[in-house]
Amino acid sequence: MTGLEFVFVLIAALTLFSAVMVVTTPNMVRAALWLILALFGVAGTFVLLNAAFLAVVQVVVYIGAIAVLMIFAIMLTRKVMKDSGPQTNSTWGLAALIAAALFGGLTFALTRSPAATLMAPDFSTVSDPVAELGRALVSPQAYVIPFEVASVLLLAAMIGAIYVAWKK
Amino acid sequence: MGDPFALISQWFTNLLLGWGLSESAATVIRLLVGAVILATISMLTVVVLIWVERKLAGRLQDRPGPNRAGKFGLLQPIADMIKIFTKEIVTPAQADKTIFHLAPVVFIASVLLMWVVIPFTATVMGANLNVAVLYVVAVGAFGVVAVLMAGWSSNNKFALLGAFRAVAQMVSYEVPMVLALMVPVLLARSMGLTDIVNAQSVWFIVAAPIAAVIFLITSMAEVGRAPFDLLEAESEIVAGYHTEYSGMEFGMFYVAEFLHVWTIGALLGTLFLGGWRGPGAETYPLLGILYFYIKTFIGYFIVTWIRLSLPRIRIDQMLAFNWKFLTPLILVVLIFTAILDKVLEVYAVSGWGHALSMLALNVVIGWATVQALKKVEKSRQRRRPEFPPRPVAVAPKSE
Repeated sequence: MTGLEFVFVLIAALTLFSAVMVVTTPNMVRAALWLILALFGVAGTFVLLNAAFLAVVQVVVYIGAIAVLMIFAIMLTRKVMKDSGPQTNSTWGLAALIAAALFGGLTFALTRSPAATLMAPDFSTVSDPVAELGRALVSPQAYVIPFEVASVLLLAAMIGAIYVAWKK
Repeated sequence: MGDPFALISQWFTNLLLGWGLSESAATVIRLLVGAVILATISMLTVVVLIWVERKLAGRLQDRPGPNRAGKFGLLQPIADMIKIFTKEIVTPAQADKTIFHLAPVVFIASVLLMWVVIPFTATVMGANLNVAVLYVVAVGAFGVVAVLMAGWSSNNKFALLGAFRAVAQMVSYEVPMVLALMVPVLLARSMGLTDIVNAQSVWFIVAAPIAAVIFLITSMAEVGRAPFDLLEAESEIVAGYHTEYSGMEFGMFYVAEFLHVWTIGALLGTLFLGGWRGPGAETYPLLGILYFYIKTFIGYFIVTWIRLSLPRIRIDQMLAFNWKFLTPLILVVLIFTAILDKVLEVYAVSGWGHALSMLALNVVIGWATVQALKKVEKSRQRRRPEFPPRPVAVAPKSE
């Protein structure tokens, strides 16, 4: 096992463990903090793939904005220090079955697909990956249409939020 | 004289290799030692900073400041350190213990991690990331999380209120701060701090003065110092999110705050004042470190000066100032800077010509802002209801 593989296994184990803790912790704020650790693990995986920009954006957007807003909303509920009720209801067996089936199906499909044998692309020859990414986002040959659609979607969401919050 | 840091690093690597370690193990140990030195120097700077700040506060408030322990009170921080190390750490009975003790560690780590990307000279830095500017914003996000952890786990209403205020303030002021950071990134065409320093043959403060001032204001709000210290307003919510902390755990919040202000000075110096650049800095790297520390101190001094001069602002003023003034202003600056930069690139203007054209643009935007503010103030005065003039104090009529 090389050093890189060892780090990957460590980060993957941390991410999975935190993800399990998110759904099993009875306390909502603690669950949100476990979620932050899980998201941080995903950022670590991006770093291992030489995608520093994605890793940093993952931390800024998911931890700095989304997770903080979630904790903020949870804290506004009453009795934040108390544990919420039981973690499962009567259909937990069925849900576990579906989850296991989905995991099995995904593993089967991914090991069969040609992507399973692909190596991570080598970025060391690209002089400035961030500049290349920026050009790709606004180039008509690449991702300009998805980029603009995402921008319009966010704008619409923002206008909607302002309309809902507007004092009549 | 060559680069002494490269020599030391080379000597250390050879020493480790001489002990029979492999190449990769020697690299790992060298980087670890570097990280420990970087963190230790940053923390020890705070000891000096506390003395400097108290002396400055004294001078600005027309009193001598600490002057009992040692010459000029120089031993005062040492005495304070001994005191705070020996104090008991009290944990509230109903607190969430793990998170309560974890919060100060995360808080101080979020500030220390910023020093990874700051270049001291052309070659001395933790890591030359190509996304360094965004990285600084990202590790700053952990500070917000730490404040929330501290406020919630204390199980204290004042601590929770302080955490709410802190998050409202930090998340709001992050928006103009990131936009202000985009201006030097745009001018240097890179997010790496080394590239940004190399691009400053003319300091960016000339080309982007409005962005520099907005960066300074918003990062003061990020630290939560006066006039933005609503998160620990002692007359309203005791001490905010660190109300329940005592001993060295409180000390960690305190040290992190001082170090954060110092870091703002370093970022301001690197992004807008040319970093380690200065006469002779390329040939003598030690001079580069000196220039870097002088520039850092300028930023630190301005923040401290403002802190000691202005009263605390109200929470509605804090939010209105951010969303109705800073954010629209920096958006206008960013858009026009981008357009003018492209126009100047077409006409191949660079160096001082480029910087002075940018300065002219900033002056025009600043003048327009002042005119717009005057207009708003006039319309506000018109809307104010008129009362008949009333004498304030009238002698009671004798009956």
